[in-house]
Amino acid sequence: MAEAVAAAPHSLPSGRTATGLAFAALALLALAACLLSIGTGAVPIGPARVLEVLTGGWADPMLARDSLVILNIRLPRTLLGLMVGAGLAVSGALMQGLFRNPLADPALVGVSSGAGLAAACVIVLGDRLLAGLGIPGPLPFALLPAAAFLGGLAATLGLYLVATRSGRTSVATMLLAGIALGALTGALTGLLVYASDDRQLRDLTFWSLGSLGGATWAKVAATAPAILPVLVAVPFLGRGLNALVLGEAEAFHLGIRVERLKRLAILLVAICVGAGVSAAGVIGFVGLVVPHALRLTLGPEHRRLLPACALLGGALLLLADVAARLVAAPAELPIGIVTALVGAPVFLWLLLGRNRLADA
Amino acid sequence: MSAVLSRRTLLAAALAAGAGHRAAFAAEAAPARIASLGGAVTEILYRLGGAPRIVVVDTTSLHPAEALRDKPNAGYLRALSAEGLLSTRPDIVIATEGAGPPDVLALVREAGVPVHLVREPPTAEGVLDKIETVGRLAGLDAPAKALAEEVRAGFASLAAERARITRPARVLLVLSMAQGRVMVGGRDSTADGILSLAGAQNAAADIQGFKPITDEAIVAAAPEAVVMMRNGPDAPSAETVFAPGTALGQTPAAGKRALIGMDGLTLLGFGPRTPQAASELMRALYPDLPRG
Repeated sequence: MAEAVAAAPHSLPSGRTATGLAFAALALLALAACLLSIGTGAVPIGPARVLEVLTGGWADPMLARDSLVILNIRLPRTLLGLMVGAGLAVSGALMQGLFRNPLADPALVGVSSGAGLAAACVIVLGDRLLAGLGIPGPLPFALLPAAAFLGGLAATLGLYLVATRSGRTSVATMLLAGIALGALTGALTGLLVYASDDRQLRDLTFWSLGSLGGATWAKVAATAPAILPVLVAVPFLGRGLNALVLGEAEAFHLGIRVERLKRLAILLVAICVGAGVSAAGVIGFVGLVVPHALRLTLGPEHRRLLPACALLGGALLLLADVAARLVAAPAELPIGIVTALVGAPVFLWLLLGRNRLADA
Repeated sequence: MSAVLSRRTLLAAALAAGAGHRAAFAAEAAPARIASLGGAVTEILYRLGGAPRIVVVDTTSLHPAEALRDKPNAGYLRALSAEGLLSTRPDIVIATEGAGPPDVLALVREAGVPVHLVREPPTAEGVLDKIETVGRLAGLDAPAKALAEEVRAGFASLAAERARITRPARVLLVLSMAQGRVMVGGRDSTADGILSLAGAQNAAADIQGFKPITDEAIVAAAPEAVVMMRNGPDAPSAETVFAPGTALGQTPAAGKRALIGMDGLTLLGFGPRTPQAASELMRALYPDLPRG
């Protein structure tokens, strides 16, 4: 895999214009996805009314329900989807750069498994714990996202500590330890599944399939401080990641502070994916497919790849969400199903296409 | 962020007028459009004649069968969609407790639609309370009172029959038997509730809720009868359930071939049909019980 990434610079699309065009197209796609996400849903609201609401018609009592749907349901949902999608895709690209493996995925640093275990704890044990402490229910519903975020962070920290010996972080150890941790959290989650009742089991299943359904301004406000700084910071890691493609020693000789870069990337991914998972549950494949697809079209240059990932990741998650809420209206499909259903075949197709190129 | 917040405040102010109007309206007349979420709520509303006013149901609204056939489906009770619900323009949401997720219900409430969660304790009083609550919320107080009286009478005659039971039977309520895993209803479950209504002792009271049970625990539970959530032609026969060598085959129930198949929805639904379901179960358990 490392060879494939290292060999790719020779096939870089030439010229600034091509890159500019690609970015313009991605920005347009993201904008279109936003418009679609704000303009469509189970409640039929015509484009003219949407425009009316967005341009200040929200004070008009005639538009009360429409403006509520648009301003309090669709708008936060769109922003959340944009952030989570961008965060997942960028984290995927960071992981693939760090592990020098185009198949790496944010799940490798344990965020998803840690968050999943914490969420399962809250869902299955939360009520009993609350009763044990003598606090009257119901469980405050901010507890689940908070626990998921902290669980993801804790798992990544644990992995990082395991993989770091005398100030040097071994990426390979981290990868293997990540697999072990995944198995361990899977087993513990299984234990909780065993102890769960019918309802909790359903909750757990739905949580692990992901949804942007409960998006509120509060959620957007809680997620933005975690994801937005990462999106801004990430392009500055581009140069270091580009050098890292050559190997850790080579990057060091190129003047990159490799250990600091690794620490920073892992931390950013943990924060970003942790926030995304806590806000929307586990959403698969965006972090894997988006960077991979873009690397094939834009080339592996990280300073270009990372912002492009943010645009495409956000756009794709929004489109998936539009599909999720329209196909079964007035019910909605968990978004993780849509991303995996569309993502997996696309990913396979990309892989086959690449193999064909390699064979030729 | 502050722009967003001020926008919300203004929006809330703009909505306040509308919400006030709605509350006044609700106090005067029955809600014209009801979102009915949860099997028991839908069943009760249909019994009360509220069906024409139901605009949306959920996937657990299985009885009567026409509910899911005729009405839009809002999905699973605990994974609802705010916009999906609002798109059916309900005046009120009546749901069984546990409907959610909570932030979706909060959004629906924010849209000025009152959301009422009806409690579901698996007892006779719980059923009566549920009928009266749903009736009051739907503005169908009179039919609800009549139905509650009917169901109360049902429970009363059930209690009279139950009093004649001299020795309660140990009964294992099996929810499903898939790949050798026997899922049973333990204490604090609807299974436990219906067993005590039918005058039986739950053989799986050591287990909490619905859980798979081990073979050894089945033998130790020593049920004198097994109730399965299936009836009709596709129900497993006593020969398969109590096949020699299986755990169930080594219980006292096997010797008597005491296998009772009943419709799970009726048995565990805790709605208006509960007295009949409990008395049917009781007759099956105690065929020699003198009739009142």
